[in-house]
Amino acid sequence: MKKMAIIATKGTLDMAYPPFILASTAAALGYDVQIFFTFYGLQLLRKDLSDVKISPLANPAMPMPIPMPVMVQMLPGMESMATMMMKDKLKKKGVASLEELRALCQEADVKFVACQMTVDLFEFDKNDFIDGVEYGGAAMFMEFAGETDICLFV
Amino acid sequence: MNFDKELDARGLSCPLPILKTKKSLSDMGSGQVLKVVSTDCGSVKDMQAFASQTGNELLEQSEAGGEYFFYMKKK
Repeated sequence: MKKMAIIATKGTLDMAYPPFILASTAAALGYDVQIFFTFYGLQLLRKDLSDVKISPLANPAMPMPIPMPVMVQMLPGMESMATMMMKDKLKKKGVASLEELRALCQEADVKFVACQMTVDLFEFDKNDFIDGVEYGGAAMFMEFAGETDICLFV
Repeated sequence: MNFDKELDARGLSCPLPILKTKKSLSDMGSGQVLKVVSTDCGSVKDMQAFASQTGNELLEQSEAGGEYFFYMKKK
C-alpha cells in the first residue's frame, strides 16, 4: 500500500484546504494517509472551525472584487468580511466546506496526529478538538513519514 | 451504455466528484458499472487518473452541453 504524510502548519482558511483535499483524495486512491498538525495547523482540529479565517493582509495575490489598499485591509472587520466572501464563493462553486472535507478524511481512515508540544505550548484544551485525534511528536511522525511515497509540508 | 448505479456529481468541485465516485463504488459489486455525471471539467483528467491508480476501468467518457459522463466498471 502506498503512503502519504502531510505536515499541516497553517491555520488560515486558504491554507487549510490543501492538506484535507490531498489527504481525502489520496485515501480515495488507496493510500494510507497521515496528517501531522503542528503550530497553527492545530486550529484545523478544533470542533469549531469559525476561527479559521482568511486575511487579505500580507496576501497580495488574493483575488479581490475591487482593488483594496493595505490601509483599508487593516480596518476592523475586514478579515471577517473577506472570510465571509470567500466561504460564500467556495459554496457557490461547489467546493466542499472544511468541516465536510475533514469528515471525509476521517471516514476514509486518514490518521490525524496533533503535535503534543504545540498543544502544550498554546495551552490548547484537547476537549476542543474533534474525536479520533492522536497525540505525538516528531519521532512518531518520522516513523510513518520515513516509509512514505509522498511527504508534504503545508 | 448500461449501468447499475448513477452518481449525480453536478455542481461539485474537486475533489468531491472523485471522493463520491470512490464512495459509490464501495457499495457495488465487482464488474458492476457506475455512471457519473459531473459539471467539473477538471474531473475529466481526474477520473482517468482515479481509474489508472485504483484499477477500476473507465469504460467510456463523453461530454454534452457542459456535462461530463463517465462509465466506471468496478474492479
